[in-house]
Amino acid sequence: MTIDASASEALAAAEGYALGRSESLWGRAFRRLLRKRIAVGCLVVIAAFYTVGLAAPLIAPYGYSESNLDLSFHGPSVSHPFGTDRNGRDTLSRNIYAARTTVIVTLATVLAGSVVLPLTLGMVAGYRRGLIDAAINRVGEILASLPGLPMLVLINATLRPRVVRAIAHFEDGVHWHGLTSSGFADFFLIFSVLSLFGWVGYARLIRSQTLTLRGSEYVLAAEASGASTKRVLFTHILPNVMPLVIVSVSASLGAVAGSEIALTFLGVGIQPPHASFGALITDGSTAAVLRNHPQLLLVPAVVVASLIFAFNLLGDALNDVFTPRAQ
Amino acid sequence: MDGLGGYVLRRLLFLPITLLIVSFATFYVTRWGPGDPISVYSGQYRDQEAFDRVRHKYGLDKPIVEQYGIWLKDVVLHGDFGVSFRFRDRSIPEIIGPKIWVSARLGLYAFILEFLIGIPVGVYAALKQGTWRDPFLISVFLFFQSIPVLVTVPILVLVFAEKLHWLPNGGFDGLFSKSMIIPTLAISLPGIAGIARLARVTTLETLREDFVRTARSKGLGEYTVVTRHVVRNSVVPVMTTVIGLSLVGLIEGAFFTETILGIPGIGRFTFESVNGRDYNVLLTIVLLITTLFVLANLAVDLVLAVVDPRIRINGGGK
Repeated sequence: MTIDASASEALAAAEGYALGRSESLWGRAFRRLLRKRIAVGCLVVIAAFYTVGLAAPLIAPYGYSESNLDLSFHGPSVSHPFGTDRNGRDTLSRNIYAARTTVIVTLATVLAGSVVLPLTLGMVAGYRRGLIDAAINRVGEILASLPGLPMLVLINATLRPRVVRAIAHFEDGVHWHGLTSSGFADFFLIFSVLSLFGWVGYARLIRSQTLTLRGSEYVLAAEASGASTKRVLFTHILPNVMPLVIVSVSASLGAVAGSEIALTFLGVGIQPPHASFGALITDGSTAAVLRNHPQLLLVPAVVVASLIFAFNLLGDALNDVFTPRAQ
Repeated sequence: MDGLGGYVLRRLLFLPITLLIVSFATFYVTRWGPGDPISVYSGQYRDQEAFDRVRHKYGLDKPIVEQYGIWLKDVVLHGDFGVSFRFRDRSIPEIIGPKIWVSARLGLYAFILEFLIGIPVGVYAALKQGTWRDPFLISVFLFFQSIPVLVTVPILVLVFAEKLHWLPNGGFDGLFSKSMIIPTLAISLPGIAGIARLARVTTLETLREDFVRTARSKGLGEYTVVTRHVVRNSVVPVMTTVIGLSLVGLIEGAFFTETILGIPGIGRFTFESVNGRDYNVLLTIVLLITTLFVLANLAVDLVLAVVDPRIRINGGGK
């Protein structure tokens, strides 16, 4: 950041102070973020992607499994801007529905695996120390030493039939159908497996930060004045580990999106006919398709690459905003 | 027990416990799921009596915990990892040995390439901070780090094999052939980018250190300052901390690259074993990789502790 920018920021802060307005850490961080043009660009790309994903049924011109065998492997045309695949399904619509898959998986997994689990486990481990800390650390160590991808494939491959059966059983119990055909089982499996393996690194970060904060004077002061553990954790420690959480979230979004694609690519993620970028890339990368219809690979490849790129660029920008030292 | 020796001992003692837990979890998860190797290979139309007999022969009809006990006893007492259901009459080391050798050679190429390109480029970017080259290079690194390997591989095949016809579009015929170029490139690209970014950050931090100012003020040339003082103090931490991470990346990258390009390595083989429910082979591979990870992480911690005495190994503190 240039001296100019920080000077104007200081000026703005002073003005705000003079007017009796004080600005929170978050407000300042957000303003600093908006000043970075790259970050704003990333936010726009990500927002557009999530809007398209969430509104997929409204935007997509065709359904994700709507096939027309007369139109197998047609090139780009007015009615199908990116052509059709082997089954005559519209590539554009398939990509839009794939975005929906990515949106659901990333939101659910990031919430559980990079926010809820790391925050609770990390803060408890760091603040309580002792036996709980040791237990959480050991479990984390074991999870971290497992070969991630093979384990994910293994768990998804072996547990899927069981989860499907359990969901069917549940449906029979509540007389409400549609869960199985919506592919809920696949989402549920991907979500749980990715969260289970994802929390370790972030929990460690939060634990060490909590450990540092625990020894700080203001926490000691709070404890000395009789604040309860709950109060210390929520009002004194939580706000100070939140920047770490934001950085973890932005770092994990890209990784989670990539993992879902990878699992589907290996055949253990989202099952056909549901759309996922993994499935689209698999279909597009067989030799014959690659040679004759490269757009079937290029469309999902470009979307995936730009999305993950935007996630990572934003993550970097957020990192700069919250830890200005690391520039 | 305090100090480095005690720490290493404790970590090493923890390894068998980790392996025990990992092996049990893997064992349970694989066998708990429906579908066993015999039903996969016998297909849909089978003789129930013969099916039961074969299952009984391999002990697959026993409770899972009992099966685990038998497996564990064989491993510990005889070093026998069980039979492969897909490749009968051959021991597991005999089956996976050649596959690992293929992947290891591929991985070695990628590993060397990562450090050989990543570190100089990262240091260069750091030295050019303030010019357009630095943000440009960072964006390029980040871009390459962002593309999943399973996107890179087909794109490289599309460009270099299908369009330009420079390289073969898959297969494996030895270490010194053109067919190694695409897989090596695909696996190492994210690693190169990651190492370059880390090298850049550590170089930037080192440039601010007092000893660099001292070196400059005593009249050393910029080249000497960078090579002797900066690089030596920034590269070592980069090397040591990312070996473990880069190993993970290489193994995961190998998974996709080998599957797409038809390279008979361990990544592709693992995936085939999952689909074939080849329990014992899978378990052996998982344990092997786990051991590798644990040892790599331990080695990293040790090297760091030796290189940088400021790092307190016990993770202590207040």
